[in-house]
Amino acid sequence: MSYVVGLRCRECGKQYPQKGVHVCEVCFGPLEVEYDYAAMKGKVTKASIEARPRNLWRYRDLLPIDGEPKSGHHSGFTPLKRAHNLERVLGVKELYIKDDSANYPTWSYKERVVSVAITKAIELGYDTVGCASTGNLANSVAAHSAVAGLKAFVMIPHDLEQGKVLGSLIFGPQMVRIQGNYDDVNRLCSEIADKYKWAIVNVNLRPFYTEGAKTFGFEVAEQLGWKLPQHTVCPTAGGTILPKIYKAYKELISLGLVAESQAKIYSAQAAGCNPVVEAIRAGRDLIKPQKPKTIAKSIAIGNPADGFYVVHAVKESGGWGEDATDAEIVDAIKLLARTEGIWTEPAGGTTLAATIKLINSGRIPRDESICVCITGNGLKTVEVVQDELAMPPSIPAKLDAFDAFISNQGHAAAGRNSGKPLAVPA
Amino acid sequence: MAVKVRIPTPLRQLTNGVDMIETPAGDIAQVLQHVCQKFDGMDKRLFKQPGELNRFVNIYLNDEDIRFLENLATVVKDGDDVSIVPAIAGG
Ligand SMILES: Cc1ncc(COP(=O)(O)O)c(C=O)c1O
Ligand SMILES: [Zn+2]
Repeated sequence: MSYVVGLRCRECGKQYPQKGVHVCEVCFGPLEVEYDYAAMKGKVTKASIEARPRNLWRYRDLLPIDGEPKSGHHSGFTPLKRAHNLERVLGVKELYIKDDSANYPTWSYKERVVSVAITKAIELGYDTVGCASTGNLANSVAAHSAVAGLKAFVMIPHDLEQGKVLGSLIFGPQMVRIQGNYDDVNRLCSEIADKYKWAIVNVNLRPFYTEGAKTFGFEVAEQLGWKLPQHTVCPTAGGTILPKIYKAYKELISLGLVAESQAKIYSAQAAGCNPVVEAIRAGRDLIKPQKPKTIAKSIAIGNPADGFYVVHAVKESGGWGEDATDAEIVDAIKLLARTEGIWTEPAGGTTLAATIKLINSGRIPRDESICVCITGNGLKTVEVVQDELAMPPSIPAKLDAFDAFISNQGHAAAGRNSGKPLAVPA
Repeated sequence: MAVKVRIPTPLRQLTNGVDMIETPAGDIAQVLQHVCQKFDGMDKRLFKQPGELNRFVNIYLNDEDIRFLENLATVVKDGDDVSIVPAIAGG
C-alpha cells in the first residue's frame, strides 16, 4: 500500500499525477511527492518500521513507490558510529559519524536515491535510465541498472578520478565523458531528457529520486534511539541531501516518532565551490553560480538548482554554512582515518573539516550532540592523498634488514603519522 | 541571420510544440521580450516581475549562463544562440 497522493509544485502548488516530469509547467518550480500523512498516523510506527529488514526500504511507507521495491534490497542502514577517538581530539562530548562510505553496493549516499529511482523507472515503464553525475551517482546507477536489467547511459565530466570512472565502467553502462564541468553535463542532460524517452534519474525522475535521500535522516534518528542529533553537518553539491535529511527529521516529528528538539542543520562546501555557503553568509537566498575549482570533485557543482532549499532549511533550523580549503579537506580525511578507521573521499573530508571549523568558531557547542554525514568512500579517490602518503621503502626478507630498518626509523615506525604531520585543531 | 532562441519542453505547450524561434539581436531582456510577445502566457513563466526572472529559469547565451555575463543586459548578436533551461539538480 502506498501513501502517495501525487506530485505538487513546491513554488506554486499546482498538482500533477505521478509521471516522469520534474518541473512545474507553470513556473518551472521543482515538483515534490505529496503523501497522505493523516492516513499514516497510527499505522507508520516505530514498531512497523523496526519489524522490517535492515535496509533503506524499512522506511518504504515514506517513499514514493506503489509496488514492491525493485532495487537496493541491501542498500542503506549504514553504521551510525559513536566517534570516541574523534571526540577526544576535537574536545567535544557527543559525536557521531553516519557512515555512507559503507553503503552497498557502490559506497556512497547515492544508493539511497538510486534505489528509489530505479524502482520508480520500472514502475513507470522505462527501459533505459541515465544520469548526469560527478561520479558517485554514475557508479550507483550503473550497478543498480545492471541488476535490474535496464539499459544505462551515464554522463560525467571528462576529468573525474579514475576510481569513479572505472567504478561505473565495470558494470557495463554506456558512458559519455563530457568536455566541461558538471554544470555543463547537467544542462546537456536536461536537453537529452527532453529529447530521448529515458529516465534520467536526477532530471525527470528527480521528484522520486530525491525522496530516497530522506532515508539517511530516518536512519540517523532511529539509530540514535528515535532521537535527533542537536547538530547535523552535511555536504552540499546540487542541494539534494541536506533539505531531505531535514525533511526526514520533520516527518518523524510530525508522525510522533521523535520528539521536537530543534535540530540544527549545517551545509559544508569546498572553498573552491561554495555558492551555497556564500549565500548563507551573505544572508541571501539567491545563489550566485560559480566555476568550481577544488579537489572535492563529487561536490563541485557551481550552479546548484536546489541551493535555495539548502539555504532555507539551514536558516529555518538555526544552522549555518562553512567551507574548507583543499588542504583542510585532505587533513580531515587523514584525521578521520587515523581516529575512526574510516577512509572517506573529499566530500567527507569537507564535511569533517567544516564541522571542526564550526566547533572552533563556537557555532556548534562542544557539549551538544553532533552528527557528521560521511557520504562517500576514499578508495575511489586515491589521487587526493597519493602525494601525502610517502611510499615506504622495500627491504629484503631478512630479519637483519628489518632490524636495520627499525633502528633507522627510530620511534616513527611505531607512530601513525608518517608523512606530513596532521594539523590537530585547537 | 538572427538570434536563435531554444524553447525547452515544459514551455512548448505555449508555443504549439515549436522548439526554436528567431528574434532580432539586442540584449537578453529584449530577446526574451520578443519571445514573450509572440506567445501568450510566456511572460508569467519566465518572469517573476518585470526585470526579474523566475528563480528556476536559467538563461544561457551560447554556452554561458547569463549570470556570469551581464544578466539581462548581456548583449546578443546575430548568430548567437539563447537557451531557456529549467534549473535542475544533480550529483
Ligand atoms: C559523496 C557525495 N557527497 C555528497 C554529495 C552531495 O550531493 P547533493 O547536495 O547534490 O545531494 C554528493 C553529490 O554528488 C556526493 O557524491
Ligand atoms: Zn509551479
